[in-house]
Amino acid sequence: MNWDVVIGIETHVQLQTKTKIFSGASTAFGAEPNTQACVLSIALPGTLPVLNYEAVQCAIKFGLATNAEIAPRSIFARKNYFYPDLPKGYQISQYELPVVGKGLLEIEVGDIKKTVRITRAHLEEDAGKSTHGVVENGTGIDLNRAGTPLLEIVSEPDMTSAAEAVAYAKKLHELVQWIGICDGNMQEGSFRCDINVSIKPKGTDKLGTRREIKNLNSFKFIEQAIHYETQWQIEMLEEGKTIQQATVLFNPETGETKAMRSKEEANDYRYFPDPDLLPLEISDEEISQIKKSMTELPHLMKVRLEKDYQLSSYDASGITSDKHVADYFFATLKEGAEPKQIANWILGQLFSKLNESNLSIEHSPIKPEVLSLLLKRIQDGTISNNGAKQLFEKLWVSPDIEIDAFIESEGLKQVSDSGLIETMIDEVLKNNQAMVDEYRSGKEKAFNALVGQIMKVSKGKANPGQVNDLLKKKLS
Amino acid sequence: MSITHDEIKKIAHLARIKITEEEADAALKKLSGILNLIEDMKKVDTSNISPMAHAQSVSQRLRDDVVTETNQREKLQKIAPEVSGGLYIVPQVIE
Repeated sequence: MNWDVVIGIETHVQLQTKTKIFSGASTAFGAEPNTQACVLSIALPGTLPVLNYEAVQCAIKFGLATNAEIAPRSIFARKNYFYPDLPKGYQISQYELPVVGKGLLEIEVGDIKKTVRITRAHLEEDAGKSTHGVVENGTGIDLNRAGTPLLEIVSEPDMTSAAEAVAYAKKLHELVQWIGICDGNMQEGSFRCDINVSIKPKGTDKLGTRREIKNLNSFKFIEQAIHYETQWQIEMLEEGKTIQQATVLFNPETGETKAMRSKEEANDYRYFPDPDLLPLEISDEEISQIKKSMTELPHLMKVRLEKDYQLSSYDASGITSDKHVADYFFATLKEGAEPKQIANWILGQLFSKLNESNLSIEHSPIKPEVLSLLLKRIQDGTISNNGAKQLFEKLWVSPDIEIDAFIESEGLKQVSDSGLIETMIDEVLKNNQAMVDEYRSGKEKAFNALVGQIMKVSKGKANPGQVNDLLKKKLS
Repeated sequence: MSITHDEIKKIAHLARIKITEEEADAALKKLSGILNLIEDMKKVDTSNISPMAHAQSVSQRLRDDVVTETNQREKLQKIAPEVSGGLYIVPQVIE
């Protein structure tokens, strides 16, 4: 039997605020245990939450970026469950009226575009962290993370393959960094996905029973976990067994998913409005003010790059995958280099160097103005593409060298003197009469062979465009 | 609306409150009284009244994103039953 896979994703995005969602304790990563756990974080009686405006603004930005409804009035609720890293005994979250309503996110898998519907996004607080095995028969609790603001983004079950799920997660990951609400650091847990997977007989409408894979913090794990889980569910159903709704964990070592011990009341959270917090009201003026402050969204910038600068869809995607890359592109453009060429060099030469050195583009030793000058020297014919590559390597290690002086001293300068090139052409034509005859008898390939000979004679320094033009004239 | 003895026991378990059978019976009586009151209230026609999330008709005040809390770990951990290496220690939790 053939099966359809149905996937929905819940993403926890850690918001880039200086302080916690309901208190003035710092959210800096990596502090000594419990040094950022204030009286509210450890839930001392009598403490009261006060909402962080910055976290609210982050939620509004996300709503605007996904074309979503932003609730003029939303409420906070208590989600009750018992776990030691949640000392209050409830998590403050949003239930009935979330701050962000229905939105849309466009994804691309290969050449195929698809729109994934976002159900909602709500504000909530993170829990603390448990460490097992610190003392015998005890669990250690660090509450530094307790109260860190999260935006939980829930998608509709619109994805039908692991590839689509990964494309969605990547797009969301790019977007939240682009609009500056999340640092995107997956190792530190700033962006974590819960993946709901179910299968149904191909072409049918009724959804199967889903299992939720918890807490995936890498795109690779998302892909592996979905593949394994899908296969497991298919085998179960084909063996005539039924699937129980469950929460499962992915083990990166074995590549398998495994159900957590099922707690019968696991989903009995007894949500109710938190009496400690009043409804959150957001005015139209606030929304339009935030809208004005936001930079151009990546999907709009991509369209502009294709339209105004004639970049290919592939290049435009690459440039708009990261805000810093786009900033670098425009900074280089401002210095006067040619857009298509800039994109090629950023996505080719520069990216490969950055990857090699494990650097992000903001820390590139070659700055936009330097790259721009290098590209201008290709454009005005001073150096060839090959010469430019050598120069680029040199600039990578010594970014402060003077480009024009270096071109001169290293003899990278292209020969663009037509008189000189003609002399070389004459020499080559004289010594390769056989090729000339071949060309004249209609063999186009012989032309390229002649160009190759001329380049060789010039030690690679002749301007290839000029060689082509002059050779054509000579042979006509 | 009525509530059963078993539901009382379940709610107590969810809240990690240990209650005896007698205590459960007493809680059943009290909670039933409250639920009956709610049943009475539900008879009032509220079709023209918009729902409230809070008893006060005001909105949430917001706080600027500025660090105001300093490290009070030493003080706070003095009142904890057990700590180790800066961590609060609780009875072992097994996933």
